Amino acid sequence: MNEKGKTLSIFTLLVYFFLIAPLVIIALTAFGESEFLKFPPESFSIRWFVNAFQTEMFISTFIISLKVAVISTFLALLMGIPASYIISRGNFKHKRLIESFFLSPVLIPQIVFGFSLFNFLIIKLKLPVFSSLLIGHTIFIIPYIIRVISANLENFDYEIEEAAVIFGASPLKTFFIIVLPNISSGVIASFILAFINSFNNVPISVFLTGPGISTLPIQMMSYVEYYFDPTVAALSVLLMLMTTVLMFIIERSLGLNYFVEN
Amino acid sequence: MKGKWSYLLIFPALLFIIFFLVVPILLTMVSTVQVDNGWALSGYANFFKDYYLRDIYFRTLKIAGITTLLAAFLGFPTSYYISRSAKKYRGIFLVLAVFPLLTSPVVRSFSWMIILGKNGIINDILMALSLVDEPLNLLYTEFSVITGLLYLFLPLMILSLVGVMENIDGELIRAAESLGASKFKAFMKIVFPLSLPGLIIGTALVFTGSFTAYTTPMLLGGDKTRVLSTLIYENALALFNWDQASLIAAVMIITTFTIVILINYFSDKLNPGGVK
Repeated sequence: MNEKGKTLSIFTLLVYFFLIAPLVIIALTAFGESEFLKFPPESFSIRWFVNAFQTEMFISTFIISLKVAVISTFLALLMGIPASYIISRGNFKHKRLIESFFLSPVLIPQIVFGFSLFNFLIIKLKLPVFSSLLIGHTIFIIPYIIRVISANLENFDYEIEEAAVIFGASPLKTFFIIVLPNISSGVIASFILAFINSFNNVPISVFLTGPGISTLPIQMMSYVEYYFDPTVAALSVLLMLMTTVLMFIIERSLGLNYFVEN
Repeated sequence: MKGKWSYLLIFPALLFIIFFLVVPILLTMVSTVQVDNGWALSGYANFFKDYYLRDIYFRTLKIAGITTLLAAFLGFPTSYYISRSAKKYRGIFLVLAVFPLLTSPVVRSFSWMIILGKNGIINDILMALSLVDEPLNLLYTEFSVITGLLYLFLPLMILSLVGVMENIDGELIRAAESLGASKFKAFMKIVFPLSLPGLIIGTALVFTGSFTAYTTPMLLGGDKTRVLSTLIYENALALFNWDQASLIAAVMIITTFTIVILINYFSDKLNPGGVK
C-alpha cells in the first residue's frame, strides 16, 4: 500500500464519492416530508413510501415487470442451456462463429432493436403487446445466459457424464442428474443477471408497451415528467434494496470477479 | 458426444435469434435503401444534408467521445489503485462499482435530476456562496447528459481496467523503480502498455454504450438536448415518421459497428494476438 502516493488514494476516494453520493442523496430524499424533491430534507417521513404502495400504476407495472423478467428469463434458460451445452461439448466447424452469433444481441443498440421489433411484431405481424415484450426481453438476455453457463460448463468433467452413460443412463437422464446439478451455480447466477437486466430495461420496453401494459421503469420515467415529488425516490430505494439482495446472490453463486474477467 | 441428433439442441436458440433479431433488424436496414422504383442511398444523403439531423448526429458522437475520455481519465488511476490494494479493500471497491451497474438506469439518472435541478444541490451551493444570482440551467443540457452517462458507464471502465491491471506483476514495477525509473516513468513504461487491452475494451463499451443510450439522455437531455436515440423514439412514437426513425436507426447501427471494427483494428495493431 505504501508504494503509491497519497494523491492517488484521494483521487480514488473522490471517484468513488462520485459513484456513491447520488445513490445516498436519492435515498435520503425519499424520506423527506415536503411535496417536492429537496436535499437535504428538512423533516423526515415515510409518506412517499406509502404513496408509492398506494399508487395503482406502480403496483400494476411492478407486477408486469416481474412477470416479464421471470418468464423471459425462463425462456432464455430453456433455449440457452441446451445451446451452451452443445457449444461447450460439441466438436464442430465454426464453433466460435456460432458462439459469437449467440452473443451478438449485445452488439445491437437496444433502442434500434426495440424499434425494429415494434415494426416487425406489432405493426407487421400484429402480435399482442405482452408477447412482443416477452420476445424482446428473451432475445436480449440470451447472451447473459450463454456466457455464464458456457463458462460454467468449461469446468465440467465430461468423463462423469460418460460414466453415467456407460452404466446405462439415458442421455436425458444423464443431463438432468449429472450435468445440471454441476452447473447449478451458473444457472442461478445467470438467472439473476438475466432477471435484473430484463427488470431494468427501458429502450426495448419503451416500444413494446400498450394500453394497460407498461413496465415499472417506463412508468417511473413518465411519472417524473409530470410530478417532481419524492415518490420515485422512494421507489428507487425499494429497487436498490432488491439490487442488494440480488447482488448478494450473484456474489455467492458466481463471485463478483465475474465482472472483472473480460 | 453421442448421436448427431443432439446437435438439434442448438436450433431453438439459433432460430429464435434469427427470426426475432436478425430479421427485424434487416427489415429496418433494407427499408432505408428502398425507394419507389428500386434501391437508392438518397435517404442517407438527405440525412447528412439536413442541418438538424446532422447536428444531432455529431452532438451524439461528441457526447459519447467526451464521456469516454472522462471515463478513461477517471477510471485509469482509480483502477490502478484498486488493483494494487489489499484483497479486502479490493472486494469493497468492486462491490461499490458493481452495485450502480446493477441499479436501474432510471434510478441512476433520476438522482442527477435531484442534484442538477433548479432547486438542486449544486444550485443551492452556488447560491449560498453567492457565485450566481439565480439558479443555473444545468438540467437538459449537454453537460447534464454527459454527467449522467459518465455516471452510468464509469463502473464499466473501472471493471474492464481492474481485470487486466490485476495481472500486472508488481515485481516488474518495483524492478523498474529500483533500476532508477521514477514512479511516473515506471507507470508510463510498464503499467500503461500492459493495461491497454483493458482500456480498449473499456473504451469500446463506454463509447458504444453512451452513443446508443436512451434512458439517460431522455431524462437528463429531454427535448432540449436531443441525441440519436431520443430522436428515434420521437420520430417513431410521437411523429409517426417511421421511415425517418428507420433511417436514424440504420445510421446508428452502421456507426456503432464501424467504431467497434475500428477499435478492434487498432487494438490488433497495438497488441497483436493480445486480449480482445
